[in-house]
Amino acid sequence: MSRLANRLGDLRAQGRTALIPYVTAGDPAPDATVGFMHALVEAGADVLEVGVPFSDPMADGPVIQGACERALAAGTSLSGVLDMVTEFRQRDNETPIVLMGYLNPIDRLGLDVFAQRASKAGVDGVLIVDMTAEEAPDVAPTLQSAGLDAVCLIAPTTGDERIGKICANAGGFIYYVSFKGVTGSASLDVSSLAASIDRIRAKTELPVAVGFGVSTPDNAADVSRVADAVVVGSALVRQIAEHGADRDATQSALRDTLSAMRRAIDEQDNTKGEARRA
Amino acid sequence: MTKPEPQQLDPGTPLAHAWRNMPDVRGHFGPYGGRFVAETLMAPLDELADAYETARNDPAFMAALDKDLADYVGRPTPIYHAERLSKKAGGAQIWFKREDLNHTGAHKINNTIGQALLAARMGKTRIIAETGAGQHGVATATVAARLGLECVVFMGSEDMRRQATNVYRMRLLGAEVRPVESGSKTLKDAMNEALRDWVAHVDDTFYIIGTVAGPHPYPAMVRDFQAVIGRESRRQMLERLDRLPDALVACVGGGSNAIGMFYPFLDDEQVHIYGVEAGGDGLATGRHAAPLSAGRSGVLHGNRTYLMQDDNGQISGTHSVSAGLDYPGVGPEHSWLKDIGRAHYVDITDTEALEAFHECTRIEGIMPALESAHAVAYAKKLAATMRPDQVVLVNMSGRGDKDMSSVAEAAGESL
Repeated sequence: MSRLANRLGDLRAQGRTALIPYVTAGDPAPDATVGFMHALVEAGADVLEVGVPFSDPMADGPVIQGACERALAAGTSLSGVLDMVTEFRQRDNETPIVLMGYLNPIDRLGLDVFAQRASKAGVDGVLIVDMTAEEAPDVAPTLQSAGLDAVCLIAPTTGDERIGKICANAGGFIYYVSFKGVTGSASLDVSSLAASIDRIRAKTELPVAVGFGVSTPDNAADVSRVADAVVVGSALVRQIAEHGADRDATQSALRDTLSAMRRAIDEQDNTKGEARRA
Repeated sequence: MTKPEPQQLDPGTPLAHAWRNMPDVRGHFGPYGGRFVAETLMAPLDELADAYETARNDPAFMAALDKDLADYVGRPTPIYHAERLSKKAGGAQIWFKREDLNHTGAHKINNTIGQALLAARMGKTRIIAETGAGQHGVATATVAARLGLECVVFMGSEDMRRQATNVYRMRLLGAEVRPVESGSKTLKDAMNEALRDWVAHVDDTFYIIGTVAGPHPYPAMVRDFQAVIGRESRRQMLERLDRLPDALVACVGGGSNAIGMFYPFLDDEQVHIYGVEAGGDGLATGRHAAPLSAGRSGVLHGNRTYLMQDDNGQISGTHSVSAGLDYPGVGPEHSWLKDIGRAHYVDITDTEALEAFHECTRIEGIMPALESAHAVAYAKKLAATMRPDQVVLVNMSGRGDKDMSSVAEAAGESL
């Protein structure tokens, strides 16, 4: 079993909701990212999601677009991101890492080469935003044979039949896009979320993570009532944007933001646990 | 979803080459095309593909389209023998297909009429579009005004500066022009922003893509709407000259006017086909917008195609004097036609295009769009290598009124 499946399986057994922070690698500079990753783990991250910057991130809102632009301006490349993971692994061999990005940089490097190098660097899962099972039936097997989980997106617009097809190829967890929109916008409706997650759970045993609308500790707690994992992205990236070059201030802002989410989720999990025991 | 059938062709058109059956059921032109989008858009794209498939097989829809093309757009557009330009070139006879005479001044409206009718048929109440030079934005705002649909056009802030007149036209037509400040602030960024808007408003919004790029079914659908150019041209050539042209020339940014001209001639193997990309300052300088001439295969905006990109797979900045050609990708069908050798892709620099603009204006009294001026420039070069009894048909895809400030700026004058 993969590091990712192990971690999420353990948490599920304990009745705990996983917290998955996202940062764009190389934002604001390549040498900042590894420090941010460690800080996020210290603040309670169960899994790290690391964004590979792309010049044309069409599924992302302005916050993550800005992060991509800063990272690319600072010279970040896909190879550079893999180096960051290697460096992170020197101190942390436990926390699972999922790379999230767009197809073209991976395509340029070559899918096989990428999968081998990512695995060697210590990546556990890969989510390619603009890749669908129809377009590349070979992507999931190639990732899997390199020991990587192919994390897949499911959206509110995805029909039941397609959910089944996607889950058949997926590994690690299912990333449910909580609403129609880009990252960092709107807020979510937990009751419709519960129904959507039930539709997914009818098709797969994989844990279901929810992202795209979690900006406050209250949002995080709400989502943890129904999902196996909560992804927090733009709320963290916004901190990086605000603090700019001040590395220490950024790290403590990231820690504070994520810790608050962690506390809110834990409280919710405890309440849920007590209710179950009672 | 069923496999798209070939379009209705004029009698006498030879049938049944592989390219007639492109794309496949998932929108592939050989290795190109397809559908590379975030999951949220998969269902709306299926819905669109189904709606289009039904509409194109519905005689009532096609009759409404034909009526609009005749009464509102002004079709058929004439073909015109550019005798003085031909004489100057000193070789083959150069003819223009006068898409510049369409309502709104370019070929773009052939497609926006079709997609807007489809939007109305699907019950969508809001239209969005991306635009570079502003011609597609104007053509979209025009049909939205006519059908009473809300319209938002995304346009790079750099392009808004270059094409201020078109921005004003769109606003007069009731459209909201939303400036795009991300990335290079040009057409590709406008397309990113339109895709983001569509994801957030899929229920009531129809995205009218202006070129033969994007996820399936857009490349095939836009081609089908633009193929009226080539169908008319083929018939008109036979009527006027009792023969087909020896060569077709059209400019290629995303490539919609070009594919519209080329597609009905693909089976006529004696007809040589040339797509003209924006050479900018020259391919060697790297400052250009010629992915077919100097790019590599990759994935952007929902399809696999030739792209301008760096070694790390990041999309490169592009340059062209013509905003409409200033795009790092190209329609996937062009990529495929290049690979199989059915069409040839060449480039024309900013300087050559501007020269052709001035020459065509002065000796033919036709002011081409800077995009179309690229095709005119190459046609002149090509004609010079051919015999006087041969014919080169150029797609005069749009008129140049919108480019006054760019032309003046290049000449060091101010208006």
